[in-house]
Amino acid sequence: MDESVIQSKIEEIKVLAEKENINISKELDHLKAKYAPSSEDTWEKVLLARNIDRPNTLDYINLICDDFVELHGDRHFGDDPAMIGGIGTINGQAVTFIGHQRGHNMKENIERNYGWAYPEGYRKALRLAEQAEKFHRPVVTFIDTAGAYPGVNAEERGIGEAIAVNLKKFSVLKTPIISFIIGEGGSGGALGIGVSDKIYMLENSIYSVISPEGFASILLRDAERAKEAAEIMKVTAQDVDEFGIVHGIIPEVPGGAQIDPAFTAEEIKKTILKDLKALMSKTPNQLIRYRSKKIREIGHVNENNAKVQDLFGIFGKVFGRS
Amino acid sequence: MSSEFNIGRKNKNNSSDFPNPFARVTDTTCRECHHKIKREKLVEELQVCPECGFHMPMHPYDRIATLVDEGSFTEFSQELTSLNPISISGYEEKLTQARGKAGLNDAVVTGIGSIDGRQTVLGVMSFQFMGGSMGSVVGEKITRAILKGADEGLPVTLVTASGGARMQEGIFSLMQMAKTSNAAALLDGLGIPLFIVLTHPTTGGVTASFAMLGDVSIAEPGALIGFAGQRVIEGTLKEKLPEGFQKSEFQLKKGFVDMIVPRAEMRKTLSFLLKTHESESKGWMSR
Repeated sequence: MDESVIQSKIEEIKVLAEKENINISKELDHLKAKYAPSSEDTWEKVLLARNIDRPNTLDYINLICDDFVELHGDRHFGDDPAMIGGIGTINGQAVTFIGHQRGHNMKENIERNYGWAYPEGYRKALRLAEQAEKFHRPVVTFIDTAGAYPGVNAEERGIGEAIAVNLKKFSVLKTPIISFIIGEGGSGGALGIGVSDKIYMLENSIYSVISPEGFASILLRDAERAKEAAEIMKVTAQDVDEFGIVHGIIPEVPGGAQIDPAFTAEEIKKTILKDLKALMSKTPNQLIRYRSKKIREIGHVNENNAKVQDLFGIFGKVFGRS
Repeated sequence: MSSEFNIGRKNKNNSSDFPNPFARVTDTTCRECHHKIKREKLVEELQVCPECGFHMPMHPYDRIATLVDEGSFTEFSQELTSLNPISISGYEEKLTQARGKAGLNDAVVTGIGSIDGRQTVLGVMSFQFMGGSMGSVVGEKITRAILKGADEGLPVTLVTASGGARMQEGIFSLMQMAKTSNAAALLDGLGIPLFIVLTHPTTGGVTASFAMLGDVSIAEPGALIGFAGQRVIEGTLKEKLPEGFQKSEFQLKKGFVDMIVPRAEMRKTLSFLLKTHESESKGWMSR
């Protein structure tokens, strides 16, 4: 069936339902999902990852947690609405949640600065991660940003330093960390809360070193060629998973997570519970060793017979032999 | 290619493949003030413009020669070369060109040298090699350098010069930020110092990783140091940049570097730091 025909049918049903005062929005969503083009197209995935209706960090937290309290502020400068955090419970297990926060409309997005976090956002994230570490509470992060805020104020307050310190400290945090890239995973701003024991990408999320637009304007010398850039850069969940950089892909319903947020939330919840079962029994040293080793192995170099250092000697020195 | 060679020797007819210090320096027009400078003067001034004081980018071997005791530097991991992990067309050619232009396998030189008799692991980046961008090789070499310090109980000194992550390696270059920062965390755990010398320019993913993780951060005068590129800030957000934005002096004022040290005094400053951290570098934290 032609897509425009389906669309007009859907509209017809909508009008009819309104007339009869029946709520059929759920059925409609599934109908839309069923006929939505299941996307193999990279650019469509980029657009889906950025879709304004796509569930955001607080949406997932509310769907996953029995209860949740938000905690605010970095204790140095202020509270960044583009980065949220707090404590929630999943089936009774306390978890610290941290994530970039985008809005679903213009007003919310202005409030949330479109999920572009400032240094104080990253410092709040670290404060909450270290608080979790203190109480051996696991940390779950939701990544959803085009990048850290590239503005004068962010530079003045040390956005580079804030991200750098997070990379360093998250990499040796003595409590489990699980990350989900739920939308756009853009550059250092994404990685700033993305160093973890387990990292997953949602089916229609992207992860990249620079935005396709940025890549196009710098390497292809034409910002208009972002579509092409996205292909070249290999930014989709499927690409990044193939590179072995993430631990798996979280499914979404056809057409994207915005059609059935509860479905994806349930998948995320199951993943968290499964991983926590394994991770919570590890000692801090085991966690850090595994995390460091995993990070250490990412990259492609031609060794030319160079001698590879024995990492475990160093881990032994840092953490003892346990 | 030999993996070890000495640097800073007086013998200029050294048959090894190490180029003579400053061999690549030619008569130059200062980029900042357009003053014309003869090669001899430029070498004497350590590639600092005598007119306006602009600290020009340096070849890593030249910089190492200005920092370490003569003949004390032994390079390691020189053999590492880049692959093309996300199969970008033209990347191999670009690397070949860069190798020829910079006379290096990639954008950083790492090794062990001594300053006034005190050993340090030393990593020096090259802006001439693809803008000093950090891909898998730079990330791996910086990581090995830091872990070498951890393994041998030696302070680590890194001299940065980089436009950021190497886009041609996509997501793999982003991950080098995590890798180098993790290595810095392990060094930290052993109580071994990390000294960072920020030179013009240090931006993007290098700034947002190991370059900002020094126990002591030193900047050369007038160096551009920041995360986001100035064109990005100006262009995308239509924000006007304040005078001297992201320069060393700005970063000192904002509290992100400890001191600004002219090139001619860098060796003396590092020597002082190595001396004052001698006891700490034995790892008292882990005892």
